[in-house]
Amino acid sequence: MAVHEVTFPIADEQEILKLRAGDEVIVQGHIIGLRDRTQIRIFDQGVEPPMDLRGAFLLHTAPGVRKVGEGKYEKVCIGTTTSARMVRFTEPLGAQYGVRAICGKGGFPDEAIEPMRKHGMVYFAIVGGAAALETTQIEEIEEVAWEELMPECLWKFRVKDFGPLTVGIDAHGNSLYHDVQEAAKKKLEELYARL
Amino acid sequence: MITTDLQGIVEDAAAHLYVWALKDIPQDLRDALADAAERETSVPGQRVLSTILRNVQIADDESNLVCQDTGIAVYTCRVGEHFPLHPVRIYDALKAGTERATIEHPLRSNAVHTITRENTGPNTGYRLPIVHWEFIPDWDGLDVKCVPKGSGSENMSFLKMCIPADGVKGIKQFVLESIVGAGGKPCPPGIVGVGIGGSADYAMYLAKEAIARPIGTRNSDPHVAKLEEELFELLNETGIGPMGLGGDVTVLNCHIEHADTHMTLNPVAVNYQCWAARRASAHIGADGTVDYDREF
Repeated sequence: MAVHEVTFPIADEQEILKLRAGDEVIVQGHIIGLRDRTQIRIFDQGVEPPMDLRGAFLLHTAPGVRKVGEGKYEKVCIGTTTSARMVRFTEPLGAQYGVRAICGKGGFPDEAIEPMRKHGMVYFAIVGGAAALETTQIEEIEEVAWEELMPECLWKFRVKDFGPLTVGIDAHGNSLYHDVQEAAKKKLEELYARL
Repeated sequence: MITTDLQGIVEDAAAHLYVWALKDIPQDLRDALADAAERETSVPGQRVLSTILRNVQIADDESNLVCQDTGIAVYTCRVGEHFPLHPVRIYDALKAGTERATIEHPLRSNAVHTITRENTGPNTGYRLPIVHWEFIPDWDGLDVKCVPKGSGSENMSFLKMCIPADGVKGIKQFVLESIVGAGGKPCPPGIVGVGIGGSADYAMYLAKEAIARPIGTRNSDPHVAKLEEELFELLNETGIGPMGLGGDVTVLNCHIEHADTHMTLNPVAVNYQCWAARRASAHIGADGTVDYDREF
């Protein structure tokens, strides 16, 4: 299992294709935070996001912040939420906006595998609950849009050494979550027989 | 006059407990996580557990929250029969303390109206915070335990009305299939709380009581304690692993609370507690003295 450093946003699909399920990744550059209500507004209510998502790294988050001025926020505690609730947005994020990476915790179910393969995207698994560490890796909250959805706004963060992340689903059709579930289901049959 | 003062003391204690629980996880949990990191052999699993340990250290060093999800505040109160503040006022104090902690820190406010989804206040609202009550005869003290519970793990709650013919085997199967189905979503490895017996609502209440116990404590009923041990081992054979990425450590422990039930009922409730199993408690005397600890 390789270790990679990747800077976002990225233009070159090859950067994504070299990542394999199980690999470790450290991220630099800029990432975009969003959650359920943000994506409901984009896709269910048809509102164009006021940030460029091409080549972007999206983080499933609703950060704890402190307001320090008009449209300006300081981090208090920034962590990551459960991704599975938002899996249905994977296809349009890839097809319409050219998003390259989605990062969250707990994984995506199998319905994310095909859109990720088709659009050259990856799912990064972060360690859920490890927000104290994550907060130190976010250098600054550079932009915020849709403040009325607080805390489920559209956030732009500048990060340094963000991770370690694990490639949970790669752009080649591999998913660690799928493999772990398949193995666990077989194991359950064996365990039930012993009860 | 005394009553008013005591209400203020309970409010202060609630405000302190909420923030303390969020920042400084108990020693029994730290030990369990360190032990898990030693046992785990999968590469992604080791990566997760070493990151968790690093995170706990950073929360200590920077006095930050362990996890950003400040949850819904759940309190367990053991009220002595002679404690000189009525539970109505204890509830008011817990609510006021939760609000104050949320505004003063500040903490993320998670509470919303369940239909409109509009934010209802500083982690308070209609019937929030949630308080579990127990009344103790021949005593004049009050124990308050604060268990802020995040949504990632609370969303992984499951209930099955097994039938008596399903027996203990049915209970085991349901707990196993629930935890495998939950996968990485509730932030494993955590504490699996199981409530058995009683009624549908009471079984889930008991499961919540179970996750709030100090880790690895055993039920005083030997039949139930044996089931805790068996399930703990079985769950770690599923291979779900840390954050569902595969590995040896799927759960830190399994706690069960039980109640006697109807002869034709066999309810099983599962309530998951994430690895950041936050818990803090205070003992408040009738004279207003407060001792903080984690012993219950």
